[in-house]
Amino acid sequence: MEKIFQKLSFASATLVFVLLIGIFITLYNAAKPAIDEFGMKFILNPDWNKEVVIDTPQESLATQNNLTTDDATSDDDDTIADEDDEDEDDMMLDDEDEAETKTIYGGLVPIVGTLLTTIIALAFSLPIAMGIAVFLAEIAPKNISYIVGIAIELLAAIPSIIFGMWGLYYFAPIVADIVGGYQVSLLTAGLVLGVMILPFMAAITRDSMNTTPAVLKESAYALGATKFEVIKDVIFPYSKVGIIGSIILALGRALGETMAVAFLIGSIFSLPKAINDPTISIPVAMANNFGEASGLGESALFYLALILFIISFAVISLAKFYFLKKAK
Amino acid sequence: MRLIINKIFLLLSVFSAVIGLAFLAWILITLFLKGLSSFHFSLFLNDLIDGGLRNLIVGQMILAGLASLIGIPLGMTAGIYIQEYGQGRYASLIRDLSDIMMSAPSIVIGAFVYAIVVVPMGGTSGWAGAIALAIMMIPVVINTTDSMLSLVPRELREAGIALGASKYKVILDIVIKAAKVGIMTGILLAFARIIGETAPLLFTSETSNYFSLNLSESFPSLTVSIYDLANEPEEASRDLAWAASFILTVMVLIINLTGRFITRNKK
Repeated sequence: MEKIFQKLSFASATLVFVLLIGIFITLYNAAKPAIDEFGMKFILNPDWNKEVVIDTPQESLATQNNLTTDDATSDDDDTIADEDDEDEDDMMLDDEDEAETKTIYGGLVPIVGTLLTTIIALAFSLPIAMGIAVFLAEIAPKNISYIVGIAIELLAAIPSIIFGMWGLYYFAPIVADIVGGYQVSLLTAGLVLGVMILPFMAAITRDSMNTTPAVLKESAYALGATKFEVIKDVIFPYSKVGIIGSIILALGRALGETMAVAFLIGSIFSLPKAINDPTISIPVAMANNFGEASGLGESALFYLALILFIISFAVISLAKFYFLKKAK
Repeated sequence: MRLIINKIFLLLSVFSAVIGLAFLAWILITLFLKGLSSFHFSLFLNDLIDGGLRNLIVGQMILAGLASLIGIPLGMTAGIYIQEYGQGRYASLIRDLSDIMMSAPSIVIGAFVYAIVVVPMGGTSGWAGAIALAIMMIPVVINTTDSMLSLVPRELREAGIALGASKYKVILDIVIKAAKVGIMTGILLAFARIIGETAPLLFTSETSNYFSLNLSESFPSLTVSIYDLANEPEEASRDLAWAASFILTVMVLIINLTGRFITRNKK
């Protein structure tokens, strides 16, 4: 019995390891057709679901090799096939013998969209979150801090889809009135995302600040320091590493957020020229296109998922294992 | 001068707390006003096809409940392994990986389950949705179990062993009992988190307009339907989405507050 229980618990623990490796391998396998087709250039290509004639320089070496033997025949069919191709690009790609045009997928727009919304969200929420954390940790009396702390944590518990709906119907119109431009845009998506990560960031920053030993603070006060000086010169330097870790952790959340952004970003595969232009992010590209995608299009979405997973894996590891470990 | 800077700084800090609370109030008030104005008890009696939400609420509960049935035992035993059995490197590796998984983008989990469950099964299903939610839940349960067990004093374990109990007996009868309240709270918070998830369900369970208990077909999901309804042009659909969001948020907040209440009473 003892043995069985020990084995069981070992198996469950190992499951975590298996799952994480499994996610990597599965995403990689599913993305493989797109990786083979577009390679690393995928990251820098701004075109998504764009039809190109196969003889253009954009085509990859892999397809060129496959097609060299058929080039002569396919050129003749060019004009005829072009017309019925339009809805079937993905299927056409499956048997390349007859393909004259092909659809190319590039990840630049969603990658840029993801990074920009995250940066806007962070720029907006960082100062407010720091203020809240200082308020909760140092300024407010204990019982107020407790109540406000719970309120802030409840804000963190509200499902992200609610933030999206509220953002689209109530917040975005106001922002668009002030800034101008579209209601669905990089800016509104970033701001709503900022509101969403605000409580999370405030709560963990407060926890970092609370690790400062009371003795240090008391000695500074005894020397006649003001509250601001204590925070700036004692608490901040002491908990700096932990605070940076918390910020990066919040950043990791913002990167992978789907629903709050899906309502607001506009879901258009075009690079934003201004901050109030609509665009798309990786999670939203997946949420909106996964159902209809097949073949190479689906594989390209898995490629995006793999990129997102690697980015957030790196960001979270950095936060947890460098900053937060050091803070302990 | 120092005092003035101090005052300004304190004001700014209080001001940002006010902003944070104002957003909370704004969202909740919007939700309550819009939600209550479209709320009606018949929503609990009809399915989505007849303009109600019954099938969606039941569906979401089943998905989250099933995910808990899978996720809680796996997460707890893994947490027990890390804290009680594992020594050294391997246990701390698992702890770190589980921490990373806790923050993994939920849509990526959805894509993963799509590839390993939906594609082989040939279509979206309730099972796929429940598995996706379970994967979201496992690391949270591991984290809670791990940290709550670490608070149990060593002496309790030693006393158990000294009485001649085997290790698993000590763990199940003494250590888990001592950490029960903390673990319960953690599990409730984890449940509150997955019941509001949308992204991992989008292409695993999808949603359905009809009442269904058949887990091998597309399964009704409250959150996925909110997303669909909110994007429809008709005012009526959007009102229904608000009512659904209201019900969802009330459920999440009640579960959340219950969890906090349990721990608070214990203290």
